[in-house]
Amino acid sequence: MFANLRQLIRYRGLISSLVARELKARYRGSVLGFLWSFINPLLLLAIYSFIFTTIMPNRTEGLQPYGLFMLCGILPWTWFSASLTEAGGSLIAGGNLIKKVLFPAEVLPIVSVLANMVHFFLALPIVAVVLVAYRHWPDPGGLLWLPIVVLVQLVFTCGLALVLAALTVHFRDIRDILANVLMLWFFSTPIIYAWFQKEMAPYRPLFNVNPFTHLAVSYQEILFFPGPFDHWRWLLALGAASVALFLAGYWLFDRLRDSFVEVV
Amino acid sequence: MNAITLTDVTKVYRRYSGRQFATLKSALLRRSLLRDLSPNETFSALTNVSFTVAKGTTFGVIGRNGSGKSTALKVVAGITKPSSGRVDVTGRISALIELGAGFHPEISGRENVFINGIMLGLSKREVAARFDEIVEFAELEDFIDAPVKTYSSGMYMRLGFAVAINVDPDVLLVDEVLAVGDEGFTHKCLDKFGEFRRQGRTILLVTHSLGLVERFCDEALWLDAGRVQAQGDPRRVIDAYLAAVEKGEDALLATTTAKAVAAVSSAAPAMPPHVERRTEHVERDEHGARSTENAERSPAAEPQSKLQNMFEAVEGRWGSREIEIADVALLDRSGHPSFVFHSGDPMSVRLKVTAHAPATDFVFGLSVFNADGVCCYGTNTFIEEMDPERLEGTVDVTLAIDSLDLVEGTYKIDVAVHTCDGYPYDYHRLLYTFRVKSRTPDVGIYRPRHSWTFSSGVRFKPAKPQQ
Repeated sequence: MFANLRQLIRYRGLISSLVARELKARYRGSVLGFLWSFINPLLLLAIYSFIFTTIMPNRTEGLQPYGLFMLCGILPWTWFSASLTEAGGSLIAGGNLIKKVLFPAEVLPIVSVLANMVHFFLALPIVAVVLVAYRHWPDPGGLLWLPIVVLVQLVFTCGLALVLAALTVHFRDIRDILANVLMLWFFSTPIIYAWFQKEMAPYRPLFNVNPFTHLAVSYQEILFFPGPFDHWRWLLALGAASVALFLAGYWLFDRLRDSFVEVV
Repeated sequence: MNAITLTDVTKVYRRYSGRQFATLKSALLRRSLLRDLSPNETFSALTNVSFTVAKGTTFGVIGRNGSGKSTALKVVAGITKPSSGRVDVTGRISALIELGAGFHPEISGRENVFINGIMLGLSKREVAARFDEIVEFAELEDFIDAPVKTYSSGMYMRLGFAVAINVDPDVLLVDEVLAVGDEGFTHKCLDKFGEFRRQGRTILLVTHSLGLVERFCDEALWLDAGRVQAQGDPRRVIDAYLAAVEKGEDALLATTTAKAVAAVSSAAPAMPPHVERRTEHVERDEHGARSTENAERSPAAEPQSKLQNMFEAVEGRWGSREIEIADVALLDRSGHPSFVFHSGDPMSVRLKVTAHAPATDFVFGLSVFNADGVCCYGTNTFIEEMDPERLEGTVDVTLAIDSLDLVEGTYKIDVAVHTCDGYPYDYHRLLYTFRVKSRTPDVGIYRPRHSWTFSSGVRFKPAKPQQ
């Protein structure tokens, strides 16, 4: 397994060119092309802002401007959920490669995660623009934590993506189940509401079990809430758990690797 | 030194037949997740296969569809792992299994070349260095910046081939990919293989083209049902393979014939309407012939009427069965029933005929048709002026053909016993099939015994030795 993990580092050239291909291919043929990476989150922002400031206004103290608050959670969530959805189907979609070319299969789910990470990065300037527009200045010390949050999310998502990709090959149902689970997961994560809202108090222990809570809260604390970043203990714990998850996911993937050629 | 060594390689595929409709949910509900994940049936694609390919040689693998050739190649390539046994390959491998397998349809040929090259193990710089060569080889200079989805399948394959061949492999694995391009491109590929050989690289070739194996390979391996059947000199291996194929064809034709005969003897009307017409037709012929008594009969008359009937050629059997053809056998040189003959071989058609009552008016006839329904030859005892006297009991009637001078193809025969004026006792229409094989791909129907002679001034290169 560790020999294979070392191989993975050797494949970085392949991974980077596949990510580049994924990004190029996605918008090839569309008029606006790469602009969609900006437009999509903007539209998302517009829709959610309209709903939660006009139709069902969330006037919770401390969550204003609400659109900005929500954006901090929803962009990482989009990265996360799109990664898992794509990774789940990645081995089936890349079946030709696995069956006909000597190809390291784990590259495929990882490429899904990385390609969506690039989209996430491309959307970050929008956050910056909105921050400036609202004259809402995050704590500079907290900003230093941002790369760490991203790294934790990357490892966490990759671990989960490997598991899902490997299992989806055997159980195609996972793709459909996943769509629904992600929906539930989204609403049970403090993204469109804040975890300190008093209505949420009885569910605090449940929030703590949800790994994405700590990612979302970390992003919100770093980018939105004033004051220093004080969720770091949870974040580091999640980081350690993510590494464990990644190793476990990789182990499972490695175990099932030989079956892909036959089952895909 | 060996480039490829397979030691006792077995590859077992699992068949998850019980899992066909099982979903995660049902698996969880029935708590059978683990059980369902374990195979309930196995299928051995390779069984104890061992062979070595010496460095710098070209090695051909032949065998029928599903014999394990491609699995063997995948095992060598490392795409699948053997269930047991060892595979050792020295040097960089490039596998031409499916050309352009990694191409993304939306992006340009240029970008795909880079990504495909990297997938096959080159660095970006290496691809860049070979890029022009690849594009030139694929003959796609004008289209390289168009998205691959706009390519024709030939262009796609050419590009895939060009990338794979330019990976600079020490060991090249080729799975039946030469069939892709036009004639010109195929030659180019073969030239490239030749170049590889001269450079001392190893080629493992899986193909159905026996000619290619004969021409190119230093050694051949014949796989059947996952087992090595023969290995060694290509000529010898191919001959062994062809002999087995013939046997298989023979068995297949035997069942086809048995089925056809069974089908008509169970449910055939005694006299289909078109036969009545045919009978009249013959009668008219015969009437003309009879009335002029000693006038020359056209020996073609009977076959011609059959030829016309060919257009309503449906296999079948009809007749009054007063005299019955109980069995028909095609016999080879040594008198064994066979369905596959070589052009120029002797063939005998033996009819087992039973007369349920002694008869004095009978004609035995036979016609051979090719797959297009053209009558190649037809004759009967009447047109050969044999005057029937008496037939009783069960007899053998054999028509011996000294030399079956037909070109390669599948042929069917009619056999019949009828009266002199055409009233059928038992007519078997196109029920018996045989195959003629030939090493020479000549065309037409009939192959006359022939030879070429040349005056001086014409010279041919000496023929390759054939065993």
